Amino acid sequence: MPSIDPITRDLWQVIAATDEVPVGLVEITTLLDVRLALTRDNDGNPVVWRRTDEEQGDEIDPETVLDRLPVITGYGYIWTSLGTPPKELFPIPEYAEADRKNMSCGSIGLAVSAPRAVENFLDMGHFPYVHTDILGAEPHTEVKEYDVEVSEERDEVLATRCKFIQPRAAKSATEAMEVEYVYRVPHPFCSVLYKSCPEDENRRDVIAIFLQPMTEERCRAHLLQSMIDSTSTITDLRRFQQTIFGQDKPILENQYPKRLPLDPRAETPIRADKSAIAYRRWLSQKGITYGVIPMAS
Amino acid sequence: MTLSLSDPTWYPIASSDDLPFRHVYQGQLLGRELAVWRADDGNVNVWENRCLHRGVRLSIGINEGGELKCQYHGWRYANRSAGCTYIPAHPADAPARRIQNRTYPVREAYGLIWSAANDEQAFRPFAGAEGHDWFALRPMPVNAAPEDVLAALAGLAPDDQPADLLPGLAVRFGGTWYFVQPVDAGRAVIRGLLREQPADAVATLRHYNETLSKLRDRLERAAARKPAPEPLQPTFEKLSADLATMPDIAIPRGNTITVVVRRKWTSADGVIGFELAARNGHLPTFQPGAHIDLHLPNGMTRQYSITNGPGELMSYIIGVKQESASKGGSKVLVETVREGDLLSISEPRNNFPLRRDAVRTVLIAGGIGITPLLSMARFLDKSALPYELHYFTRAGEQVAFRGDLEALHGKVILHTGLPRAEIGTTIASALGQWSMAQHVYVCGPGPMLETVRDTATAQGWPEESIHFEYFRNDKVIDNSSAFDVELARSAMTLHVPSGKTIMEVMRDAGLTVPSSCEQGACGTCLTTVIEGEVDHQDVYLNRSEKASNTCMMTCVSRAKSARLVLDI
Repeated sequence: MPSIDPITRDLWQVIAATDEVPVGLVEITTLLDVRLALTRDNDGNPVVWRRTDEEQGDEIDPETVLDRLPVITGYGYIWTSLGTPPKELFPIPEYAEADRKNMSCGSIGLAVSAPRAVENFLDMGHFPYVHTDILGAEPHTEVKEYDVEVSEERDEVLATRCKFIQPRAAKSATEAMEVEYVYRVPHPFCSVLYKSCPEDENRRDVIAIFLQPMTEERCRAHLLQSMIDSTSTITDLRRFQQTIFGQDKPILENQYPKRLPLDPRAETPIRADKSAIAYRRWLSQKGITYGVIPMAS
Repeated sequence: MTLSLSDPTWYPIASSDDLPFRHVYQGQLLGRELAVWRADDGNVNVWENRCLHRGVRLSIGINEGGELKCQYHGWRYANRSAGCTYIPAHPADAPARRIQNRTYPVREAYGLIWSAANDEQAFRPFAGAEGHDWFALRPMPVNAAPEDVLAALAGLAPDDQPADLLPGLAVRFGGTWYFVQPVDAGRAVIRGLLREQPADAVATLRHYNETLSKLRDRLERAAARKPAPEPLQPTFEKLSADLATMPDIAIPRGNTITVVVRRKWTSADGVIGFELAARNGHLPTFQPGAHIDLHLPNGMTRQYSITNGPGELMSYIIGVKQESASKGGSKVLVETVREGDLLSISEPRNNFPLRRDAVRTVLIAGGIGITPLLSMARFLDKSALPYELHYFTRAGEQVAFRGDLEALHGKVILHTGLPRAEIGTTIASALGQWSMAQHVYVCGPGPMLETVRDTATAQGWPEESIHFEYFRNDKVIDNSSAFDVELARSAMTLHVPSGKTIMEVMRDAGLTVPSSCEQGACGTCLTTVIEGEVDHQDVYLNRSEKASNTCMMTCVSRAKSARLVLDI
């Protein structure tokens, strides 16, 4: 079994959408090569433990589970940790705004490492080719200069002034518009995106991706949308995001190597990849080794 | 026998039939994945199956005929060289650095595609290969060690006709040859050849398929009882260090290459065509709009645009204007260089990159200025992108590369013998009003460039949508000023007196300064300015680049301030 670096071990890791875990029935999953079982008690609180002989769908009395892993809920998801996690999850303040439609948009298995999926989430250059006629379309392929910084105070990668011309930026968009994105990477396997909202020019739609590293080369992507959209139904909004992700999946699964190489000489960067370069460096400096190919020292 | 990643043996990796028009086939050899594709010119490419940018398999890419386009970010790689020719995220820049995928040797013969892990061995036909009309059987993949597969194939031979074991995991009996393609330590593909075409192809294929299916079942049952062999562990080569850093826009400084003049012909009245071929293999990757420096027998260097289309790397074709009163460059080429002569050229450079993200591209050529625009038209043509090519000449017989122009599918309009006034109105209507994502490219005599630039500006075309290339700087250079240059990186301050160029002064001080045209037209000596006010005298930089005061051409431009600080 691959070793789990201490940083990864002590992080909160997402494992399931809270309301998709039934009360009193066992759900099974894998996190960092460890088999997990989870359920919810009668109050709806999640219970997570290392799986032994439980099977998916078994009935269980959560009270009988004594050796539990730490649990926190946030942004509609259940998070656990194999080590000693921090007190709180990273913040997404917009989630608490009363008029937003918050929704989980499904959990999608990907045969690629979690950091590869994060990097794809940060990438604008693929919009015209992978999300053709939705998030981008030829001839508008240019990735204009944008700014990237690693915020020391918040320990996150931040990309701002990211602009791209999109034919249909959101479910509520009806015509092509230049959208502005801000990307945050507040967790090695999670990223939050703020994009101009077609309905209200002063606010931003929030889309987040939480990656559950199952193994070094396999993950589940859990999606969150927190939208300002008065017309679309939750089903429409979910379908839109699943369409997007369904387009990314085959590309991600054809990436080799499946783990993210951190050596700058492994793959060719261009200026458009500034955020990915910062992300790779940040992972390297943190000492993350799970799901990556660390730089040869 | 253990398989080795560095085994130099040639093995079949595909049937010729696996490579239909514009298809990309996923091949495998010795633990490595391969992207195998046939370009429209018939050439078969065998590349590492991975885009150099983000590692996506190129076998899911798009075969555009002369280039392979990655699905993820649309990067394009040229037929033969696997050099990157276009990065859509930065459409206005030529991929200046040498981004080149790993290629493997390839040979198409006897109905099969052959390749090897390296080029240590030349391809040699197997014994008895010549003189037959070979028939390729359907390939049979087997999850078993290649050497076990070979042994089992040999066991198929009838008792009275023992099998010949041949070099390179091959076996023969009767009129049937079997080649074992070593996919990995525990995987193989059987590729069979019959010495002649069978009378009933379908029945024959079925017969062999049945035999080989049974063989496969037997082999896989046996393999399942044995411990699985350790798969080969190929590694990806590291990029060169300069590719790993975040690139600025840079001009590559290449080596010189010796080429042979394969053909010299009169392409039109006053235009001589030269076909410059590599002495072996292919020439380096170029992008549309690129030129080469041609080092002439008399010591002079001249720039000529490459007219080729995508992936055409076996030779470069250039056009040279035959000027009656010409001294120097073209005169030497036209009069003294003959077919079979060797010439020295630079690697291609591109100061005139073509954006392939336009909804409308207008190409305007005057006279010999057709050469870079012909290349651009060919690239756009191959990708089925819309363009209009306007070609102005004084007379019909001066239309160069006529046959090549006729082969294009786009809109090609010849304007011959127009009076001066009419040229202006023709350009105006050819341009039309600008709208987003329209670009114009112009190459020709100075006055024509000025007309296009002025007309386009008047009709609302923004500066970044007007692209041009001068052949030469016709301006009179004023070299009367005197000033100091401080070379920031060389920690040196030099005085430039009137009558001398910055470049000459730097050379006198022992610095090696790259240059080419030395008249402010080619862009080779582009230098970053850190401080001071530049007196621009070149025709290479556009107005906003000049106004930015951040770069200059040291061969002709000077200082308005008393001091210039350069990043040299």
